[in-house]
Amino acid sequence: MIKLYNYELSANCYKQRLFLSILGLDYEAITIEFFPGMEHKSEAFLEINPLGHIPVLDDDGFMVRDAHAILIYLAARYDPSGRWYPTSDPELLAKTAQWLLFCEGTTSTASAARLHDSLHYDFDIDAVRAGAHRLFRVADEHLWFAEQEGYDWLVPTDHPTIADLALFPDVILSEEGGVSRQDYPALHRWTDRVKRIDGFTPMPGVFFAAPAQA
Amino acid sequence: MAIAASPCTDPVVLNMWHPISAAAEIKPGRVHTTRLLGDSVSYTLDGDGQPVAWRTDPALRPGMPVDAARITERLPVIDRFCFVWTSYGDPPDRLFSIPEFDESDRRTFAAASIGVHTSAPRAVENFLDMGHFPYVHTGILGVEPHTEVVEYDVDITEDNEVLATRCLFYQPLAALAATKGQMTEYTYRVPHPYVAMLYKTAPPDPSRLDAIAIFVQAVTEEQIVAHNFLCMVDHTNTDSELKIFQQKIFGQDKPIIENQMPRRLPLAPRAETPIRADKSSITYRRWLSDLGITYGVIPEAA
Repeated sequence: MIKLYNYELSANCYKQRLFLSILGLDYEAITIEFFPGMEHKSEAFLEINPLGHIPVLDDDGFMVRDAHAILIYLAARYDPSGRWYPTSDPELLAKTAQWLLFCEGTTSTASAARLHDSLHYDFDIDAVRAGAHRLFRVADEHLWFAEQEGYDWLVPTDHPTIADLALFPDVILSEEGGVSRQDYPALHRWTDRVKRIDGFTPMPGVFFAAPAQA
Repeated sequence: MAIAASPCTDPVVLNMWHPISAAAEIKPGRVHTTRLLGDSVSYTLDGDGQPVAWRTDPALRPGMPVDAARITERLPVIDRFCFVWTSYGDPPDRLFSIPEFDESDRRTFAAASIGVHTSAPRAVENFLDMGHFPYVHTGILGVEPHTEVVEYDVDITEDNEVLATRCLFYQPLAALAATKGQMTEYTYRVPHPYVAMLYKTAPPDPSRLDAIAIFVQAVTEEQIVAHNFLCMVDHTNTDSELKIFQQKIFGQDKPIIENQMPRRLPLAPRAETPIRADKSSITYRRWLSDLGITYGVIPEAA
């Protein structure tokens, strides 16, 4: 049985819950009281991940940490179609990796702003919000041009990749960190498309898409 | 935004008690700093574990060691209901009461203190509302098609608190200790302008009531910390499980209240169109008006 060391309000843990739900995999969520208990820094948890972060995945004894590494593992192991992490196409694979790395940037900006505003983390709030806007503008422009070329997703293929799931939480929760999405219409349309992926699941602060217009 | 962040001049609010931290989160002998009513306040625990609060002195930075005995200019402070409360003015001798807090078999603790972009009255008002349960807390505190808020009673008590009773709602998972859906009866109390409480049937013992509250710290007029307080009849789940359940519910409310504009609560009776389910909200807004509160609200034009 897959076990996920998880915190309900974490954007990084949501990426795993979302992908596990889309893949239709059963798993056991083991709650780590990130806030206020700081359980991810406890001695017991440092045995599981010496870096003291969540999520960590335990698949029948195989342990892997870091949100994007877990997405790669789940795709490679449990997606026989090979479309979520397109290893057979060098260009699509490179673009997927590129956008996964982009999401390390949204974690340290948009997600940091949310931690500052909601959970009182000590970040330079103006700097992290400005950083989030810079990245959102890049993603918005990219998606606008992708739409012109007939693509719905970050990577130019007819199926979403784990990069879409890696970016979605930081974008959809950004207003909790005071980062408005009002100026990013293509990014907004893309969030609605992610919400319509089969198996999509919300988290606190995220809602299902409104029913599609007939 | 400059207006919203400027220090509070509302005498009613300045003289109230305000929550600033979960007591368990304070490291003895270390400086902690937070924002309250547009100003900065610092606090610690002294050698006897008693809280001490003062207006922030830039020389005493957060995390620094501090000898509380050397703090002479102190703000009023109390440790009550798992939280530390302070005031910039002349607060009442006592905080409101929560009789259940003293029942020995209750589990009482601070569930989480979460920052939210809204005013204190908007957060209180959302807490009093049942109408949103099926849409925002789907599958937990409500589920379609059970959306009706039936007639309930709202009064101002002799102690000058807002009290809503006979509030009935169908809930699929009323609490972590619930095993099936139930009609849950709620009682709501507003014992303080920035505090909302609810009492609801405790699934393990239907003759008793769980008590849950938010104690709202007004950081500015449009920024708060919602301190979640639990006083539960539940001998099965761990503290951590109960906290996470409450955080999940609050996390679902958060984007809803952050998107209510204007962020300050309008007190004019026709500023926002109420429906029957909003009876407690109407009473709360009128009660704030009668108290003369101006901080975190848009007062009715004179």
